[in-house]
Amino acid sequence: MMEPLLSILVGLFFAAAIYLLLSKFSIRIVLGIAILGNAVNLLLFTGGRLTRGVPPIIPAGLETLPVGAANPLPQALILTAIVISFSFLAFLLVLTYRAYQDLGTDDTNDMRAAEPDDRPQPPLGY
Amino acid sequence: MAAPTTVDLSDALIAAPVPLAHWLAILPVAHCITLGAVLLMLRGYPRVQAWLAISGLAGLALIDAALLAKVAAEGPLTMVMGRWLPPFGIAFTVDLFGALMTFTAALAALAGGIYALADIGQSGRRYGFFPLLMLLMAGVTGAFLTGDIFNLYVWFEVLLISSFGLIILGSEREQIDGALKYAVLNLIATTLFLICVGILYAAFGTLNMADIAARARDLRGTAPLMTLASLFLLAFGMKAAAFPVNFWLPAAYHTPRIVVSALFAGLLTKVGIYALIRVIVMLLPVERAELSPLIALAAAATIVVGALGALAENDIRRLFGYVVISGIGNMLAGVALGGVSGLGGISGAVFYALHSMVLMTALYLAAGEIARRGGGFSLSALGGLYRQSGGFTALSLVLFLAACGLPPFSGFWPKVMLVKASLDSGAWWLAAAILVGGFLTTIAFGRLFLLVYWRPAAMVLAPSRANWRTGLPLAALTALVIGFGILPERLLALSQSAAAGLVEPGAYLHSVFPGGAR
Repeated sequence: MMEPLLSILVGLFFAAAIYLLLSKFSIRIVLGIAILGNAVNLLLFTGGRLTRGVPPIIPAGLETLPVGAANPLPQALILTAIVISFSFLAFLLVLTYRAYQDLGTDDTNDMRAAEPDDRPQPPLGY
Repeated sequence: MAAPTTVDLSDALIAAPVPLAHWLAILPVAHCITLGAVLLMLRGYPRVQAWLAISGLAGLALIDAALLAKVAAEGPLTMVMGRWLPPFGIAFTVDLFGALMTFTAALAALAGGIYALADIGQSGRRYGFFPLLMLLMAGVTGAFLTGDIFNLYVWFEVLLISSFGLIILGSEREQIDGALKYAVLNLIATTLFLICVGILYAAFGTLNMADIAARARDLRGTAPLMTLASLFLLAFGMKAAAFPVNFWLPAAYHTPRIVVSALFAGLLTKVGIYALIRVIVMLLPVERAELSPLIALAAAATIVVGALGALAENDIRRLFGYVVISGIGNMLAGVALGGVSGLGGISGAVFYALHSMVLMTALYLAAGEIARRGGGFSLSALGGLYRQSGGFTALSLVLFLAACGLPPFSGFWPKVMLVKASLDSGAWWLAAAILVGGFLTTIAFGRLFLLVYWRPAAMVLAPSRANWRTGLPLAALTALVIGFGILPERLLALSQSAAAGLVEPGAYLHSVFPGGAR
């Protein structure tokens, strides 16, 4: 019963992330990526099915998990994904700030240092 | 989760050590990561660091060669981390496709490493070029060898973060600009891939590729496999720079140091194609057949857009960037054709990917050599290279002809296979796109050759001394291009059996589950 609710939340996260990603300002794009990472973490969590109460620990005397135990694998996946997205976010923040310093703008339409508008055409004759 | 209280644990309690040969599956990655860490500690000693990196890359090529020989002789090889039984342990499963790609990537990286001795100066080395290169290779190699789809995502991130470090080496304005676009779009693509993995896990309850391939048959009809396949196609298409999502590549690939561009062009987009083939062809074959018209359209558009872009560029590096995109289109065409008409499509894509890794690395290294000799990358300013050096001109011409797909060089054979496969399956327009793309690329390269080599220079170029650090890797890669072109049989046979292993993954499954799937 928790799954539909969380699915809707994941959808809202994705909507917010995509809205921010469509912006032309680099800092909003970075914020969008941060939200996107969290949306995916929630998706992984929901994808592993949600159960309450029974921790995934095999009790003494048994050889398998009790019925209805939580699935531990999504937590391992999410932990990996959190670490990765956190480090990438740190890198992106520095890169965005550096781009703002060096290029003097946070508007991606004006970031034309690598592809200037007045690039020469290739020669047409010998 | 309802399980009996007593289970047979005898399979899980094997204490016998892993056979020594199985370590080969993990050795390339372990080698790269260890060496990367050691190189990081040696950053105060740039000379030692450089030579250790070169010998390490040579060692990597040797290990990969041994792995390829073993896999070619005995079939797929699996090693499971910590001896947890699959599908619970993370498996490294090396089949012929993965081994071929790893070996070729190691050769390209070795050539790039030697070239870097001349291209990357003291400051670049202190900044960490060689450690980053080794970690990039760890990511690339891991992606080619892993048999677990979440693990594939992790290797994607390893190679991505190393590539970020490499692309901003130098911190010039153009590099920051290119790196921002490269970083954002590639990060979105890998996040998309992670979304796919999440949905896949929700549907299958497993992350082991062999297990997924075995279960896909039963789940077809209940699980949203078409959605999954489309999402995978978008995610990997973005990594590979296929047509509607290709714009990050020409925006970024001309900004870093030339050897970094060469390695990116040679290796990174091919990792995207590799993952696409692995997932779409091996894990979700029915969905691939369903998506085939869409993939074919994207392939044709990628080929033509890449070739037209190459015609419109004045900067040699950007021109080569579009040639990379055009090549991706050819590999996608192979994926679209699939294994229906005698494996021609998939084996063509495999052959093209191997050829493209060597050729694109060599092309960018040649661009670096053009700039060293002629003093720039601009078609409108360069000239007179033929007068300066006949040897380098001949070598460049070989690479250019191979990139156009003209015989007798390595680009010719995969194109023949792809055109034949598309005609066999009735997709004449796809064959036409491949041929028109080749024709347009020929015009672009013909003009490049005319302007840069034959046109008299504006001022007389000083005779440039040959430098073994740049000459040796270029000559070696060119020799490979010629060798693949003149003696293609061995590679043809290898890529055909690699394709067969992908379309019929029985041997792959058996290597992971020797006792049969659960």
